[in-house]
Amino acid sequence: MLRKGIALAALGLAFLGSPALAAHPTPVLKTVAWSFDGPFGKFDTAQLQRGYKVYREVCAACHAMSMLSFRNLGEPGGPFYDPKYKNPNDNPYVKSLAKDIQVNDIDSDTGDAIQRPATPADRFPSPFPNEAAAKASNGGAMPPDLSVIAKGRTGGPDYLYSLLTGYRATPAGLTVSAGQYYNVSMSGDLTSAWTGDHHKVPPGGVIAMPPPLEDGKVTFDDGKPSTVDQQARDVAAFLYWAAEPKMMQRKQFGLGAMVYLLIFTVLLYFSYRRIWRNVAH
Amino acid sequence: MSGHSTYEPKTGIERWLDTRLPIVRFAYDTAISFPTPKNLNYWWTFGGILALMLGIQLVTGIVLAMHYVPHVDYAFASVERIMRDVNYGWLIRYMHANGASMFFLAVYIHMIRNLYYGSYKAPREVLWILGCLIYLAMMATAFIGYVLPWGQMSFHGAVVITNLFGALPIIGTPITTWLWGGFAVDNPTLNRFFSLHYLLPFVIAGLVVLHIWALHVPGNNNPTGVNVKSENDTVPFHPYYTVKDGFAIGVFLLLYASFVFYNPNVLGHADNYIPANPLVTPAHIVPEWYFLPFYAILRAVPDKLGGVLLMFGAIATLFVLPWLDTSKVRSMRYRPQAKLYFWIFILAALVLGYCGGQLPDDPVIAQPSGLILLDADINSFVWLSRVATLYFFAYFWIILPVLGLTEKPLPVPESISEPVLSHPATTPAGATASPEKRG
Repeated sequence: MLRKGIALAALGLAFLGSPALAAHPTPVLKTVAWSFDGPFGKFDTAQLQRGYKVYREVCAACHAMSMLSFRNLGEPGGPFYDPKYKNPNDNPYVKSLAKDIQVNDIDSDTGDAIQRPATPADRFPSPFPNEAAAKASNGGAMPPDLSVIAKGRTGGPDYLYSLLTGYRATPAGLTVSAGQYYNVSMSGDLTSAWTGDHHKVPPGGVIAMPPPLEDGKVTFDDGKPSTVDQQARDVAAFLYWAAEPKMMQRKQFGLGAMVYLLIFTVLLYFSYRRIWRNVAH
Repeated sequence: MSGHSTYEPKTGIERWLDTRLPIVRFAYDTAISFPTPKNLNYWWTFGGILALMLGIQLVTGIVLAMHYVPHVDYAFASVERIMRDVNYGWLIRYMHANGASMFFLAVYIHMIRNLYYGSYKAPREVLWILGCLIYLAMMATAFIGYVLPWGQMSFHGAVVITNLFGALPIIGTPITTWLWGGFAVDNPTLNRFFSLHYLLPFVIAGLVVLHIWALHVPGNNNPTGVNVKSENDTVPFHPYYTVKDGFAIGVFLLLYASFVFYNPNVLGHADNYIPANPLVTPAHIVPEWYFLPFYAILRAVPDKLGGVLLMFGAIATLFVLPWLDTSKVRSMRYRPQAKLYFWIFILAALVLGYCGGQLPDDPVIAQPSGLILLDADINSFVWLSRVATLYFFAYFWIILPVLGLTEKPLPVPESISEPVLSHPATTPAGATASPEKRG
């Protein structure tokens, strides 16, 4: 009976995980083997560093990451963590990265609005002063904040990688309005924009973001070839770190917790068998 | 709480206290000497698991409330601050978020155990009703709690659910206005939801005290459903059931921890990591998994008021269950026919849960049938929901009342000890019987 119950519960959970059936083709989702997959997965520091560079030089032109501070880059698990500097605010590399960026402030002597170089304690500055300005510069579409985007999209980093590498030439028969781009991994339903065979609606959707990456657009400091694929991979990994910066602590803590619970449970099982040994039940 | 107390104060201070406030005696009678049927299987361990889950939710929730900001402009960011800057904030929040799911998983198993072994029958009707009240309060608490992070699902879920009350005639609009604190889901709504989310768990805790009190008057039911006849049928709660519950809690915590540490967001919805935006409605608004069966019942009815009434009717049905089941036999072990209908009921509930997560008009089987019945294609989730909803209600209102009068149950054992002692083959000499193999 217990086994039957467990099987039913597992079946129920399996049902919950299955995606909704759709009449139109599902967007392409490419699965990447990430260094942070699995219960022992870790962030690849070099990859996060490359990813940060892609974000800073490409994405940051339009996308805010308002929940991150420069100090986060130097925290354990982060791209520029240095065990010599327990306080990431002291990390000279993080300091120098911050110094290159100008942030808004108020001059405390005059009260004037000024700009000054950032410190590790500062948040990443947003590219636009407000939402209206962001929309006005981007054809009416708001570039989403990327702080937790890797958790805010089904598929997470796989989705981000797929989207960034999912731009294709518009298939003949698909009407795409100006300022929109066809992407095989974008969610949506192209049935109404498709004039071809109704059984062959192309997968994906349209997106207002022009293809952001191109080969050689970012020069990687570690000499990694700068292809679109590599850039997409690295920035997706960086964005996953940004969304889940405590992942490594979580998995490390989890290992201890699981081992402890397992020993505790086994001991309780044998105590149970011993205490009940003379009771017919 | 009832029956003869066997507590004997051993020290001077205990004797002094016992004549003034017999709190130690109370604790001893409740958790140590309480006579418990010796044949309880693992399905009975979920009461202890639920008590633990309530404790975990209270402790993690109180700590989260120290850092959370109930304001539409800051709520989402304050949750992320908990995840990033509060010491072990990620652990506390993931424990709380996944704890809610685990709490519901345990409560559903606890309720299913009740249905199977007929624990709701006399003299445990009040115990069962108190349990239903706890479940109702849990649903309110969980729904309100899901609104607090102020993500897209929080906001639009709150809009959908609060609007349900608007379907009620006359009182509908005043109720929604009162729930919202205005004319739409906004900051006053979030503020009062936070307040209620802090209040309701203590209401649950109070109900749990009554629930345990009501348990200790008639004592536990057991897998045979036969009353305790003699002391030979029982063992003291401690150490027999403290250790058995402890083991089950360990197994349950392993499952819980595997979610918290290795898959903390799998039971949630990605859209709730998008800050709430009243102007953008998510493509699919779905509640958390534990509400999906009710969501399916709601959507099975083409009329909004009808759907709301049927959904609340499904919960109200549980309250009157003790008077719907006419069978004198408690345990379905001795009711082969009822057992079959019971498993179909479990299947119907799972099907409803599945349908709740799908789009109502999507086909169940890939090829559309093209046969339109009433308002929808017969091959659609809305029709599957309707069939399952029909069975859900038929099980309680037709099958259980009729079956109790017509079925011929198997012979019920004389006492709890009898089925064990009359089958010596199942109990090898000197070894323990394995309760986990029966049930």
